[in-house]
Amino acid sequence: MKGGDTLMFSLKRRTAGDAAFDWVNNVLMLVICFITLYPIWYVLVNAFNDGTDAMRGGIYWWPRAFSLDSFKTVFQSSGIMTAMGITVAKTAVGTVAHVLFTAMVAFAFSRRELIGRKIYMFIGTITMIFPGALIPTYLLIRDLGMIDHFIVYIIPAMFSFFDLIIFLSFFREIPDGLVEAAEIDGAGDFTVFLRIVIPVSMPVIATIALFHGVYQWNDYFTGMIFINDTNMQPIQTYLYRVVAQASSNQMISAMPSGVASNVTSQSLKLATMVVTTAPIVVVYPFLQKYFVKGFMIGSIKG
Amino acid sequence: MRRLLFVLGPLYNEGHVKVCNANDEEVPQKVSVHAEAPNPTAASIGGAARRSWLKKLMRQRALQVMALLGIAWMIVFNFIPIYWNVIAFREFDIIQPLSAAPWVGLDHFKEFLTDDSLGYVIRNTLAMSLLKLIIGFPLPIAFALLLNEVRSIRYKKWIQTVSYLPHFLSWVILGGILATWLADVGIINKLLMGLGFIDEPISYLAEPKYFWSIIVASDLWKELGWSAIIYLAAISGVSPELYEAATIDGAGRFQKMWKVTLPCIRGTIAILFILAVSALLNSNFDQILVLKNSLNESKSTVIDVYVYQTGISDGRFSYSAAVGLLKSIIALGLLLGANYVTKKLNDTSLF
Repeated sequence: MKGGDTLMFSLKRRTAGDAAFDWVNNVLMLVICFITLYPIWYVLVNAFNDGTDAMRGGIYWWPRAFSLDSFKTVFQSSGIMTAMGITVAKTAVGTVAHVLFTAMVAFAFSRRELIGRKIYMFIGTITMIFPGALIPTYLLIRDLGMIDHFIVYIIPAMFSFFDLIIFLSFFREIPDGLVEAAEIDGAGDFTVFLRIVIPVSMPVIATIALFHGVYQWNDYFTGMIFINDTNMQPIQTYLYRVVAQASSNQMISAMPSGVASNVTSQSLKLATMVVTTAPIVVVYPFLQKYFVKGFMIGSIKG
Repeated sequence: MRRLLFVLGPLYNEGHVKVCNANDEEVPQKVSVHAEAPNPTAASIGGAARRSWLKKLMRQRALQVMALLGIAWMIVFNFIPIYWNVIAFREFDIIQPLSAAPWVGLDHFKEFLTDDSLGYVIRNTLAMSLLKLIIGFPLPIAFALLLNEVRSIRYKKWIQTVSYLPHFLSWVILGGILATWLADVGIINKLLMGLGFIDEPISYLAEPKYFWSIIVASDLWKELGWSAIIYLAAISGVSPELYEAATIDGAGRFQKMWKVTLPCIRGTIAILFILAVSALLNSNFDQILVLKNSLNESKSTVIDVYVYQTGISDGRFSYSAAVGLLKSIIALGLLLGANYVTKKLNDTSLF
């Protein structure tokens, strides 16, 4: 009887404590979400506000004088649009090249019969331990004549041994029978890769494509050191030059002539930031289930 | 490559984990249809074995081409740059070929080690890395543990989606946001003045003493949720039976968190810790370059930025290559050291 009492007591106490814990925890999570979202919201409402009016400050929750003029100016500025075009092109081409090339090499490395496989893996591991340092890489790119060429965004980023390992662990899960059946039907290794392996590997391809796509979209450094021609710079490099170097004159000079007078360099900057970020923010929640799955494969096996 | 690591963060780290699998996996050794085991009799040694080896090579020529394209890329973009490090020992001039550069031995290294900037460059690098390690390493673990305790599945999913969001913003964008927030007329100054903490606005980015805090806080804001993914994945792999057993033994939620969840993800924590320690000399170049300016230089110049400035901006290629090489060597030592210590303590290691 006494034992039952203590059990009852402890159960009850735990439930009360539990409820309190849940409550505190949920509130804490809500606070974290607020801190995460608010700075982004702040940029949004200020970008959608009239530029001259926004200079008075005090816009925290909602645009005071709603205006799309800053966005119109962004879309009319040829400098910004050229840079956007470069970003879209480098992200699309770069991601396809990276995923196909890295997956192809990973497919070869994943085959047990590959002669020299151990040596190949060893070479790859070395590349992870000694990544190319900045100055030597700069000199290499210069020697290859890639400076001011579009390919500087694509080829040096086309392969990654880290990604290869992720592909490798996924490809090992593909049943041997699937590949063998195709080979009995007379398919060559490359056909097997394109027709069999790629279609069944969509989750890992989506994961790597998202990560590399984000890298390509957000990278400003390549454009900063390897590109001198402003017509070849991506939007992030453009923004770096106007945001970080805080030269709003450059922003003003980017404005097309005859701009509405209620657009300031600050509002134009915010609008450009919104336009630059929107595509990624819209896309990633849809790919979330893939990259979370990608992490799962890794951590359970690791 | 290094920058890629920043972008992808934990996923790549998790890639490291599997390097060991990739190397010592010999486990299943299934004989596939075309593996054609060589005839095991003694007679096959010699000509016959070589012929069958050649035959095998011919049959897998497409595979070899695919593999060698990858190897070729690695040779060009990893091994040639490693070779280019020799300029650290020569007096290289960008307008002349490498062969025209005279050897100078360790002069560039000596120059850096006696340079006035050595002290503050190393101090800044280590201080920011250590602060990130002390604050930025445990908080994602705590966040993952607490997020795991959220009962409503939908709420949990929603929090996850929100918390990953900042990871997808570039540092340039975040730099722009921070510049707006931290300006004289920015929201932070308004808030602090409104609450009566300060009397007049502070130009945070112009004052060196705030730089480290800005770096650590903005990094945390950007990567807290993202860094927690790998721990969440590890937590989801913990067997539910362990929790049931703990419940029967009368463990409360904190006890379960502390005595079941945490020990179960110890391996993951150890691996990520090794990687964090070995990256102590790496700074987040993208982040610092965006936030640094001529006013906060004394607290914002780190090794990577120093290499960039002396090399690319000032054109002192040999000198900056020497600094970069010195850094790589120490970083390798740190990696091996951290790996050794964790192995001793925890039985978990990269190699």
